[in-house]
Parts: sequence; structure tokens; C-alpha cells
Amino acid sequence: MTVYKLPPIQPSEITPRDLFHDRRRFMQLAAGASLTALLPQNSFAGEPLAGVTKSTDRLIDELTPLKDITSYNNFYEFGTGKEDPAKNAGSLKTRPWTITVEGEVNKPKVFDIEELLKLAPLEERIYRLRCVEAWSMVIPWVGYSLAALLKQVEPTSKAKFVEFISLHDPEQMQGQKSPTLNWPYKEGLRIDEAMHPLTLLAVGLYGEVLPNQNGAPIRIVVPWKYGFKSAKSIVKIRLVEKMPVSSWVEANPNEYGFYSNVNPDVDHARWSQAKERRIGEFLKRPTLPFNGYGEQVASLYTGMDLTKDF
Amino acid sequence: MTQHSAEGTRTKVKNLKTLNNTVLSWLKISVFLIALIPLTKLAINAYTDNLGANPIEKITHITGYWTLSFLLITLTVTPLRRLTGWSWLVRLRRMLGLFAFFYAWLHFSTYLVLDQFFDWASIVKDIVKRPYITVGFPVFVLLIPLAITSNNRLIKLIGGKRWLTLHSLIYPIAIGGVVHFWWLVKKDITEPLTFALLLAVLLAIRLIYWVRTKWA
Repeated sequence: MTVYKLPPIQPSEITPRDLFHDRRRFMQLAAGASLTALLPQNSFAGEPLAGVTKSTDRLIDELTPLKDITSYNNFYEFGTGKEDPAKNAGSLKTRPWTITVEGEVNKPKVFDIEELLKLAPLEERIYRLRCVEAWSMVIPWVGYSLAALLKQVEPTSKAKFVEFISLHDPEQMQGQKSPTLNWPYKEGLRIDEAMHPLTLLAVGLYGEVLPNQNGAPIRIVVPWKYGFKSAKSIVKIRLVEKMPVSSWVEANPNEYGFYSNVNPDVDHARWSQAKERRIGEFLKRPTLPFNGYGEQVASLYTGMDLTKDF
Repeated sequence: MTQHSAEGTRTKVKNLKTLNNTVLSWLKISVFLIALIPLTKLAINAYTDNLGANPIEKITHITGYWTLSFLLITLTVTPLRRLTGWSWLVRLRRMLGLFAFFYAWLHFSTYLVLDQFFDWASIVKDIVKRPYITVGFPVFVLLIPLAITSNNRLIKLIGGKRWLTLHSLIYPIAIGGVVHFWWLVKKDITEPLTFALLLAVLLAIRLIYWVRTKWA
């Protein structure tokens, strides 16, 4: 029996990445304004990220397929339907992009996205994501601990909380044309939560550049809290003394708290949080306290009544 | 010329007021097939794996959406008949109402089988604790006697007047259905608001007719 072997490709035959993208840019320009308007401009989603340390976590949980992670999103900036972000996020321009870090810090600074990508070694982190709507996913994020960035600006002793502010531009984010939430999207963490090594500054998933609908070019991931705590497409990080008011607390303080730790024993005002549907599974599974990260983070909340500070 | 075409329209309108049985039969078959389109689309999308990442949520939403839609369509029959004088419309009403029940039954079955998978403890907890289910469940239960009595034999058995009283349950059912939708939405109330406004218009028209007959 003969087995057909693919002819080996000579390295000399492979177009270098830069050249390849130059060629694409040239073609885009040549295609004229009408066609380029249709192409997702400045979006690099899908490109592999270089130098990512693969995760060694042996999670029993199976990864959620990329297709589901990128087509089922809550990202109200692009519409309230689950499929809206995938449809509408093409208009988001992820370059140029900066994050301003300011407030109670010794060294306030405006970071360029290219600088942020190199600020610390990129790691793959496989995290469970539990949405407040009682569904969940398992996502291989790429990024590094937010602490690496915060240490650079040297928070002062007055920095008790960290506030994250997402992009506000209704031209790029059509969902912001309706007052669904009080734009821009605001989220916050206590400083010890923000400095916790699990809290991630994510720039990719599945080894590739973060797709726009998942919060490109840079977002927060806090795996032990409900998904909405993980602010997307952030442009500003503010270190503050007083607890900031996050968008969902502002929208409905009875239903959403500042902490919003995943907790099967504290129900949402209108539905149970005891179980969740893992995307791709039929039967619901029990929700774990702190989304299964209790061993690492429960100590942050000793002495607190989590039914009151929900 | 103008007068002639106006007369032509008038004749047509007159023709629309009464339909012969053949036309009505065809109309019924058409409405029946059209009412099955949402289910057909749902089945095709389920078969071709086009219901997105959370198919159970989508099936629940779509069947609920069409339950409310058919409830409102059913409630449109009487006002439309009064406004246009097309008395034959009432002969489509039973089928439309039964389709509302059919989609409600699919909606409830989706919850029972696909969403909860017969987890009775969890279902009872939902009914007691979740306001939108506390409202939604009795709304579904109330639809059952209406569906059962939607045939000539039972109308005769019950008697027209009592049958009418029983079927006026459709009003609390429709209101409850809209409330059920409203209470489950997280933030964007566009859809439940649309249903609420349409229902308000349909109820307002009835109120106007009722007041006019009382005063007349």
C-alpha cells in the first residue's frame, strides 16, 4: 500500500508574515473604498499570537469550541442579542489603542497596545466562565496577570479599588446608540482582587488574537466572578479610594452587587444560581462556589457575609 | 373613471364580507400551513445545527414568542371583524387560538424536558420562587380548558353563554403571558414592551366597544 505524502514545503517558499500582510493591505487598498468598507478594518482577530506559554493546567473540563465562544456573547455595546456581537463587532477599530492608568498611583501612564502585548510573557490560562444568566463555558484565554500592569504604575496606599472603563464610541459600537446601560461600561474590583494572580489581562483566546466580539483588543477576566465583572475593550484603569459604581449595579442595585462572586447559594433576584448549563451539554451541572476557584480566592472574603455583599 | 373604480372597490369589499365555503376552506388550509412555518423553521434549524451555542434557550424563546404572537393574533379577530365587517374572520379564530395553545405546549414541554429534564424539585422551586414562572405556569394551565372546549360538541354541552364566560379567560392569559416575558428579560425590554403595547391596543378597542354598547 502506498501512502501519499504531502511534498515538504521549503521555508523559502513560505511568505514571511510581514510581506503577507503587506500584500493583503495592498489588495485591500486596490479593491477600492466600497469594498474595503466591507472588510473588517483594523481587526486582527484570528492571527496567532507569538510566544505564548501553553497552559499546563489539567482541567477535567472540556474546552468550549471556538465557534461557540465567538458566536454567543453578552456584549451590549454591540446589541443585546447573543448573536449581535459576532454580527456587529466588525466595526470596532482595535488599532491604535491605548489604556490610560491613573488615579491613586505614583506613576500614571498611558500604555500603547503594542507595549501592553509585550509587558509580560503571554500565558495560556484555561478558565471556566460562568455567566450570571446560568450558562457557562471553558475558555483558553491568552494574557498575563493584571498585577503585572498594576505594579508598573505603583499604586499608593490610598488605592483601595480599581475601576475599569470600556470604550465609548457609538460610531464603532452601535449598541451604545440605545441607552441599554449608562455608557461607557464600568466595572470594578477591590485592589486585592485585582492584584490576585488569577485576575487576567487577556489579549487572546485559543492562541489567537482576541476576536472583537470577545472584548478586543484587551479585557479583564476574573474567573471566580460572574462574567459581567470582566470588562471588555477597556481604555482606562483608575485606581481609587472609594468603591466604584459598576454599570450593572447602577442599572439594578437589587439584582447585581459589586462583588458578584459566583455563588450557588445566593440566587439572582429572579432566577436560581444553583445550577448552570455548560454550553454544549444537555443536563445542567451544579454551580461551584467561586466557580470552582474557592481554594485560591475564598480567603479574600473571610469574615464577610456573602449573602449581603453579593 | 374615479367613481367607477371606487364602485369597483366597494363591490370587492362587499364580496369580502361574505365568503363562500370553498374559499373559506382554502383560507383555513392556508392559515394552518402558515401557522406551522415557525415550527418548520425551528425543526430545520435544529436538524441542521443552526440554533446557535445554546439551542435549548433558543427553542424556549422562539416557542414562547410564537405563543404570545398567536394569542395576540387570536385577540385581533374580533376587533378586525367589527372594523371591517368581515364576519367570516370568526371562523378562523378557533384554529388561531389552538395554535396559541400548541406553541404554549411546545414552550412548556421545552422547559419540562429539555431545560429541567423532569427535575420536579427544581420545577416546584421555580414556580414558587421565580416570579416569571409563578405567572407563566398558571397561564399555561389556564390555556388547557380553553383548548379542550374548542370544539362544537363541547360548546353545545356547556352552553354558549357559559362557554363565552370560560373563554374570557383569554384576557388574563394574554396579560399574564406578556408579564411572564417582561419579568424574565434582563435589561432590554423592547420585545415585551412591543407585545404589551399591541395587547393594550387590542384591549382598548374592546373597552371602547363595550362603553358604546352600554351607553347606546
